[in-house]
Amino acid sequence: MKVHEYQAKEIFRQFGVPVPRGGLAETPQDAARVAAEIGGPVAVKAQVHAGGRGKAGGIRLAKDSQEVERIASEMLGMKLVTHQTGPQGVVVRKLLVEEASKIERELYVGVVIDRAAEMPVMMASQAGGMDIEEVAASTPEKILKVYVDPAAGFQPFMGRRLAYGLGLDGALTRPAGELMASLYRTFLEKDCSLAEVNPLVVTADGRLLALDAKLNFDDNALYRHPEIVEMRDTAEEAPLEVEASRHSIAYIKLDGNIGCMVNGAGLAMSTMDVIKLAGGEPANFLDVGGGASSTQVSNALRILMADTQVKAVLINIFGGITRCDVVAQGILEAAKGLQIEVPVVIRLAGTRVKEGMDILASSGLPFTLATDLADGARKAVAAAQ
Amino acid sequence: MSILVNENTRVVVQGITGREGSFHARQMIEYGTKVVAGMTPGKGGTSFEGVPIFNTMEQAIKETGANVAIIFIPAAVAPDAVMEAADAGTPLVICITEGIPILDMVRVRRYLSGRSTRLIGPNCPGIISPGKSKVGIMPGPIHLPGKIGVVSRSGTLTYEIVDQLTSRGIGQSSCVGIGGDPIIGSSFVDILGLFEADPETEAVIMVGEIGGTAEEEAAEFIHRNMSKPVVAFVAGRTAPPGRRMGHAGAIISGGHGTAAEKIAALESCGITVVPNPAEIGATMERVLAKR
Repeated sequence: MKVHEYQAKEIFRQFGVPVPRGGLAETPQDAARVAAEIGGPVAVKAQVHAGGRGKAGGIRLAKDSQEVERIASEMLGMKLVTHQTGPQGVVVRKLLVEEASKIERELYVGVVIDRAAEMPVMMASQAGGMDIEEVAASTPEKILKVYVDPAAGFQPFMGRRLAYGLGLDGALTRPAGELMASLYRTFLEKDCSLAEVNPLVVTADGRLLALDAKLNFDDNALYRHPEIVEMRDTAEEAPLEVEASRHSIAYIKLDGNIGCMVNGAGLAMSTMDVIKLAGGEPANFLDVGGGASSTQVSNALRILMADTQVKAVLINIFGGITRCDVVAQGILEAAKGLQIEVPVVIRLAGTRVKEGMDILASSGLPFTLATDLADGARKAVAAAQ
Repeated sequence: MSILVNENTRVVVQGITGREGSFHARQMIEYGTKVVAGMTPGKGGTSFEGVPIFNTMEQAIKETGANVAIIFIPAAVAPDAVMEAADAGTPLVICITEGIPILDMVRVRRYLSGRSTRLIGPNCPGIISPGKSKVGIMPGPIHLPGKIGVVSRSGTLTYEIVDQLTSRGIGQSSCVGIGGDPIIGSSFVDILGLFEADPETEAVIMVGEIGGTAEEEAAEFIHRNMSKPVVAFVAGRTAPPGRRMGHAGAIISGGHGTAAEKIAALESCGITVVPNPAEIGATMERVLAKR
């Protein structure tokens, strides 16, 4: 789960990671008021989940509250297109108005889980304010890493190692170490999948500040973080994906025109792959989960149909413990309750497949049946033309 | 021979009284698996369809000689169940549970290090050695005893592939689901090593997907250590970056973990990678015919 910069900074404040003074604004008047409270020059920053705001005009500087009000009225409601939003962009609904700082250095520090090491790793680099993945690709030696063994946790020597590596000597070493320890504590106690400060700045008056804040949370841990769940902004998510999550259906919207419904994530990914191999474009990833009851099949079909780009649907269900005849009944019941206006290709396999296929064939409904996954994909691709 | 589970496997079901635990315990018993105990704190002294239930893993093992534990316990408490099983010295623990927070698994892995317990999963369908023992949730009837080892990060995709093998009369020695999470108890490398050492296994099918570096590590391992043929499939060629594709571990992060990278690593080690999952059975048939 993602949150906005202003929310990440609220969390940083709780954990003692230093952030600039600032406040959220949803109207130009609010923005002016916050700027007046701060006094002096401010940055007006679009609050969207996508990165790359700066280059797209999503971060602007203002010298007084009048200018802030004008800038805010231009930015609120604007469609921001960054390299991460896709060409359709995203509408700006919220702004963070923040005191502008005189920046002397821009650094990077972040925490993720290293899968191979099976523990968290804190990374730091002198290449702040840049895309860390680009830095990792072109100059990996510029990235310092400290692995944090869960048995011991984040120790002060780890903070010192990174601080010295970043050239944060003298009076800056201790605050740097403290900031890093606080960042790690945030990552741990909030069950983050990513906790990133990019850039971490050294100001002209010798302070360390998290100029930007990015926190992503482990979806599996949200059950124990109601305070994080409350921060969810569904306006930043695709509407069909929000709908699907309400029914515990894993659904990701893509760009193609062949909707797919599958039971099992690996099988669902493979189904998308086979559609592509057959010359088509999948419209989505959808895992209807184990059980494939008629309720779940209904919900899934409804969501697929709601995507106006879908020209054909491929249902690929492997009946294991859930038998194919039960799945077939589920599909029939679901179809009865919906207005299905696109061709539906169904491929069943597994336990009682013959009985399941017979039920579908004799239903009188205009389904196209396939026994083989490749055949199903070919039929779906043909139906979508 | 098969690996990990066989006719001598004695299973304790942690969470036997829950909805998933009771349903699958029944299915395992029907398959012929020796389910000798259940474990649910507070239900010790009762029984489930003739299977005695205990309050603790220590008791369950002491009283019944159980040597494998299977866990059907909700994500919030599953880590505790795994650690209790390890503390009781259970040689093999299979955790079916999906949804365990990744930091919990970091701690579980740390706890297991230095202990003699092997963990399979979490978020996996379990292990079956067809004709001998099923310790998992896979449909027994699609399996056939034989000589092909199957190791996979998936559930239903694995069944799909097993179905193709069985319908060609190609049986399986053991099928191991290692799970779809980013941090798991046993990797491809761990299981491939067991298959290489198993006299009954002649060839292996490896089913991977996007996310992490397990397939790349497997490619290296196969190249250096395996004499038996491996046929691989990697799901997710069409997956978009940065999105979690159902499985918590199926995510392309920072540009890494793509299917293309994994396929390239496998192919550069001389491993046959099948582009179309519908052709895995036929490919294995051809590979076996050549031997």
